[in-house]
Amino acid sequence: MQIVAVFVVAVLVNNFVLYYFVGICPFIGVSKKVDAAVSMGIAVTFVMTITAAVTWLINNLVLIPFGLPFLEYVSYIVVIASLVQFLEMFIRKTFPELYKTLGIFLPLITTNCAILFVALIQAMRAYGFITSIAFGFGAGVGFTLAIVIMAGIREQLEVADIPRPFRGAAITLIVAGVLALAFMGFTGLMSA
Amino acid sequence: MKDSTMLSHFSKGLIKNNPVFVQVLGMCPTLAVTTSVVNGLAMGAATTFVVFFSAAIASVINSIVPNQVRIPVYAVIIATFVTIADLVLKAFFPPLSASLGPYVPLIVVNCMIMGRIEAFATRNPLAPSLADALGMGAGFTGALMLLGGVREILGSGELFGATILGETYTPMLIMILPPGAFLALGIMMAIFNQLQESGAPILRKAG
Repeated sequence: MQIVAVFVVAVLVNNFVLYYFVGICPFIGVSKKVDAAVSMGIAVTFVMTITAAVTWLINNLVLIPFGLPFLEYVSYIVVIASLVQFLEMFIRKTFPELYKTLGIFLPLITTNCAILFVALIQAMRAYGFITSIAFGFGAGVGFTLAIVIMAGIREQLEVADIPRPFRGAAITLIVAGVLALAFMGFTGLMSA
Repeated sequence: MKDSTMLSHFSKGLIKNNPVFVQVLGMCPTLAVTTSVVNGLAMGAATTFVVFFSAAIASVINSIVPNQVRIPVYAVIIATFVTIADLVLKAFFPPLSASLGPYVPLIVVNCMIMGRIEAFATRNPLAPSLADALGMGAGFTGALMLLGGVREILGSGELFGATILGETYTPMLIMILPPGAFLALGIMMAIFNQLQESGAPILRKAG
């Protein structure tokens, strides 16, 4: 039951983009077209789920037993960077078709703060292994949901007559604010 | 290196190339921790510390780092200084550390820092790199404090924890909740664009 709760909370109630403000860069940068947004969402979900599992193992099998919690940030960032690099090579060799859609997004993901945030939060809340994976997956699904909705709205904004100073990042942020307002409606649905 | 060029390396980060309003970098901490001026100041100071020392080291070791592995190398340098900043905050300012929470470690992936290292520190000698890092840090801190101030005044009627809008003011709670961050920054960015376009003298001078 806790696993389901963690998943639903990560997707809707505490949405990564609209509640925790992580992953804003791709959220603003790659949300102009729905297709690209879906690909980015899938790539992020994929990396997040694997990151949650790998960083759980590192934290619980290496850092905690050997009393090295001060190495947390350094080891996470190294793990995430090498993981993304490895995934990129693996997907290119094994699934060339998939690589064509996700390829250009993978390097961007290394510097996506949402990935590191997954690692930090699962360590901070001391989740179990399966719960961590559910959390990583849920966070990815939540990100995908937010970025796809955003891309849908921005495709409409293209044809709207926006006042000059608001064009670009400003209107995107205001739209995100309205979306965040809508997502606040999920508060109280469930808590982790 | 002439003094005037050093000064221009420093001052371009303040307004003309402001990391938040112009480059739209480092959005996560900008939006997340600016519920008050003090939080904005603390996050700005921690980020400035990290960008200053990371840029210093990156500028010095640049010639011996192979090009292919430079990103992981710089990420480890940044992560080291973030760990120092985090431990200092935890030891000496526990309440502040608690209110910034997991956003302190997220400085590691603040694209503003990697951006300064990639775009400036690795291509310039030590002194201009330090001036550039300080200027960007100051511009970032200023933007965070401004946003934090606006949100604190509107959201709780206070500034630095002191009531300034009086008893009759009903706080707009939404401003200190997540949607308020997006709305406030979006509107401030539009104001900034408008001022820049109409060529307000305060923006031109510091360029």
